[in-house]
Amino acid sequence: MTAPPAVSIKNLRIALPKGAERPFAVDGVSLDLRPGKIVCVVGESGSGKSMCAHALMGLLPDTVSVASGEIQFEGRDLLKLDDDGWRDLRGRRLAMIFQEPMTALNPLMRIGDQMAEMFEAHGLLTPKERRAKALALAREVGLPDPERIVRAYPHQLSGGQRQRAMIAMALALEPAVLVADEPTTALDVTTQAQILKLIRNLQRSRNMAVMFITHDFGVVADIADQVVVLRHGKVVEEGPATAVFNEPQHDYTKALLAAVPSMDPPPRKPLDDQARAVEVIGLDKTYVTSGGWFREDRRVDAARAVNFNILKGETLGLVGESGSGKSSVARLVMRLIEADRGTVRIGETDLTQLSGKALRAERHRIQMIFQDPFASLNPRRKIGHIIADGPIAAGTAPKAAFDRARDLLKMVGLDAGALERYPHEFSGGQRQRIGIARALALEPEIIVADEAVSALDVSVQAQVLRLLEDLKARLGLSMLFITHDLRVAAQICDRIAVMQRGAIVELKPTAQLFAAPEHAYTRELLAAVPGRKEQAPAA
Amino acid sequence: MKQFWKSMLKSPSGVIGLVILLLAISVAVFGPMLFPNSPWRMVQRPFLPPFTLGAVPLGTDALGRDVFAGMIFGARVSLLVGLVSTLVALVVGVPIGAMAGYFGGKVDDALMRFTEFFQTIPSFALAIVLVAILQPSIYSIVASIAVVSWPPVARLVRGEVLSLRTREYVQAAVVTGQSNTWIILREILPNALSPVIVLASLMVATSILLESSLSFLGLGDPNLISWGYMVGAGRTVIRQAWWITVFPGVAILISVLGLNLIGEGLNDALNPRLSREGR
Amino acid sequence: MLSFVAQRVLKGVIVLLAIVVLNFFLIRLAPGDPAVVMAGEAGASDQIFVKQLREKFGLDKPLPEQLFIYVKGVVSLDLGFSFRQQAPVAKLIGERLPATLLLTLTAFAISLMLGILFGTFAARFAGTFLDTGITIFALIFYAMPIFWVALMGILLFSVTFDWLPSFGYETVGANLTGLTHALDVAKHLIMPAMTLGLFFMATYTRMTRASMLEVKRLDFVKTARAKGLSDAVIQRRHVLRNALLPVVTLAGVHSGTLIGGAVITETVFAWPGIGRLMYDALLQRDYNLLLGVFVICSAMVLIFNLITDLVYRLVDPRIEFAS
Repeated sequence: MTAPPAVSIKNLRIALPKGAERPFAVDGVSLDLRPGKIVCVVGESGSGKSMCAHALMGLLPDTVSVASGEIQFEGRDLLKLDDDGWRDLRGRRLAMIFQEPMTALNPLMRIGDQMAEMFEAHGLLTPKERRAKALALAREVGLPDPERIVRAYPHQLSGGQRQRAMIAMALALEPAVLVADEPTTALDVTTQAQILKLIRNLQRSRNMAVMFITHDFGVVADIADQVVVLRHGKVVEEGPATAVFNEPQHDYTKALLAAVPSMDPPPRKPLDDQARAVEVIGLDKTYVTSGGWFREDRRVDAARAVNFNILKGETLGLVGESGSGKSSVARLVMRLIEADRGTVRIGETDLTQLSGKALRAERHRIQMIFQDPFASLNPRRKIGHIIADGPIAAGTAPKAAFDRARDLLKMVGLDAGALERYPHEFSGGQRQRIGIARALALEPEIIVADEAVSALDVSVQAQVLRLLEDLKARLGLSMLFITHDLRVAAQICDRIAVMQRGAIVELKPTAQLFAAPEHAYTRELLAAVPGRKEQAPAA
Repeated sequence: MKQFWKSMLKSPSGVIGLVILLLAISVAVFGPMLFPNSPWRMVQRPFLPPFTLGAVPLGTDALGRDVFAGMIFGARVSLLVGLVSTLVALVVGVPIGAMAGYFGGKVDDALMRFTEFFQTIPSFALAIVLVAILQPSIYSIVASIAVVSWPPVARLVRGEVLSLRTREYVQAAVVTGQSNTWIILREILPNALSPVIVLASLMVATSILLESSLSFLGLGDPNLISWGYMVGAGRTVIRQAWWITVFPGVAILISVLGLNLIGEGLNDALNPRLSREGR
Repeated sequence: MLSFVAQRVLKGVIVLLAIVVLNFFLIRLAPGDPAVVMAGEAGASDQIFVKQLREKFGLDKPLPEQLFIYVKGVVSLDLGFSFRQQAPVAKLIGERLPATLLLTLTAFAISLMLGILFGTFAARFAGTFLDTGITIFALIFYAMPIFWVALMGILLFSVTFDWLPSFGYETVGANLTGLTHALDVAKHLIMPAMTLGLFFMATYTRMTRASMLEVKRLDFVKTARAKGLSDAVIQRRHVLRNALLPVVTLAGVHSGTLIGGAVITETVFAWPGIGRLMYDALLQRDYNLLLGVFVICSAMVLIFNLITDLVYRLVDPRIEFAS
């Protein structure tokens, strides 16, 4: 704590363009970055955390401008630098890694060349030495088969490998400060755990000051030395990580921490005597990408012999990483895509045997809530229509359908005025409520929720989860809950199925799964959940 | 809708384009009523230079016909052919693209092979061959322009539908039991409209150019005067009478420019994402 | 790579066959007896030709058989006989093809180079007068019919200033050889090539500009800036290279339009290529020749598309994967 700060941001204010919802994206933020320490800047979307990071790199978008404040680094104020001054510091003394490693790399350049550019930009080394350095860096960040990887193009790497390459690039010139803008948000949990460990190790061994931007308190718990909580562009709380976690001072911090779902599954009442609502037997689905006439086809197994059933009133969780096939299974159950083999039964009806009109007539029994609140509502239809279209298609009189839509909106906590408005007038959380109302309009027996809370901020996520639980209990629904987030699954599921490469590797009651995971992959997943050690206080 | 007009009127290219188009349309609609001189009739001595006689402001051609009258009557043909052939191309292209994109698989394969085939054929050459074989008339011209200009529509609509089809609100419509027709008409096409409108405005421009090129080569409807025909007729006497070729060409240039500007304005208004922002 | 080329060539051959079949039906679409149509409107004195044709193409046999005979003929490079010109169509086209290739390739090269150059400038100085100026010029060139540009060129550079010849491929009767001949041809080439190239130059300018502005906003450009690279390097290596991909695609798509433009340009400038040949065939209603030129034009477009596809593959490493 006594070391002098590497970077000192003082009273930074960044002005938004006229007509934005508030005048300043960042409003009077002060914070210090110290060598060898990681400062986590946490906040929900729109808190201005990313703006802070970009200001420190001099990479703010043209639409905003620094109104006042200073950023002290190595004896000068960065905000007074001209273009050449910035160019000299960027990459050499200040480095940055970004959220989306796919788009952050030039798709037309080999990884090694992009690393070598780091030296070239500052006129260092000969081309041959640069190549050797790139190879050494690739090895240092743990990229497998470095000789091959430096010659590869970005699309040939996995997400985790790309982020490693980005990190290698950032570290090339041994900068004093590393700015990491949500570097693990786009990655799976197991990959995230590895990348976090890598950043932590490199930062310690090189005594770097790190500014780490994130929205995820689990991640904060894992790597932060110092925490700064931002809200609407203002610092609401800051301090050492342990202090912020154990004795949060500000109400907002307390609320945020409380909203993080706990890893301890609450006790749930047994449902063994209930009848089966859904039965899934031997679902198989393989995607074949045609390779053309002279190339072999590429096959991806989205579902391999998937079996499960859901009891009346039960919530079954389907968890796994991206590409595990969990969303495909949801769509197979919904008959949005056709299975190669297998049966989906709802009550006594075999959904897989139906087609055309007969299928449409049965669809109301199983409804879906989607992931993206911005893509799941037709931007050109009013909310009233969005909710009532389904019942009207099923033969309900329009007037009755709209009356029911009004009641449903009330049920999900929106007022009836919403009927006449368009989706863009609502926030993400409100749209997700509308999506729930749409699903309930057809009075289904089963709800399939596909990552239904993943795109929401943590506080909104908690509210929507509570609403789902409540509605499910009141209406006696069964639910198939698809998520990548084990914390959410722990809170809402009666049983959990873990999927890997299209197959269910383990299916158990939630408490048992968390207490005694059997399959190696389940254990790996559980261990990778961020913030396990320093447990956030339960809600 | 209000929002749309606001942003359309904010873009300078959109405003200029609209003004030009309105002007061209009013000339086409009202012009022949105000200047009932037949463009085919000899009204003065041949090769009368422009700006010498008030009655024939733009001079006369090799047969003593009024160039100004020809331009006014030509506006009708050019705009009509441009609009109608674009409409026909849309009527063919939109359903083909929508079906290919929505149903995917074999339907998509078959329809797209068909579309690609038409796109590979050099369009102007095909148009020439078609008009020549069907004998030049306003119908054969509209038909051949439509035949060569529908493939881009089909491809665009297919691309849009393909991406919209996987949108969650479309899936929501499927699971709430809507029929395919309903989904295509209510959920997908309205959201695919903006780029089609932009393309259509550019297609009208291209069609006008195509029509004028056909007429220039002597493949115009022999009973209707058009700008391209006038330029073609004045070509051989360009050394003596520049005005016969210059003025109709300017008319084509301005109309096409106006339509392109409208396309640009529409693009700015309908896809605001791309228009602003510098570096 | 090789298998890709093979695949594309095979596809091209199939398309070409389909075009030949289309041709077969087009002839039958024309009003009147196909044999008479093929012979051209040569009048009653050509009864013998018509009879010969009828036998050669088996016009009294059932339609599928006729189709087979026709396709077989085209495949063995027999595009028929032009009774108007008293020469085989294939020979006529063969004589004229080099001039067309010279014209179109020159126009293509000029338009692509200048278009990319101007587009880059406009994007680099987006929002300034330079950008506005380039954009306005591109818009105007984009709206001018090619035949009119040609005539205005003649009016300006031949009639008014007398700088450039207004027609032909070389100075008639000069009998020049070697370098002087090449220079003479080049002088004759300038106006047709510029005329044909102007429209495409405008197209590529607009495309390059829009594409560069689009790429500029992508994340990897921010990464490049975070590295401390200079603006010039970022523009050239990161922005321009990525921005050119859609321009390459556009060049492929436009090859058909280029051929169409050549028909008009060659007609106005009396350039002795297949476009001019097509116009002559058109005037004389020489359908055999017309359709022969049409098939060759389609083949040229197919070859051009194949080349742009290959270029695209060489520039974009991602394609190999997606196929």
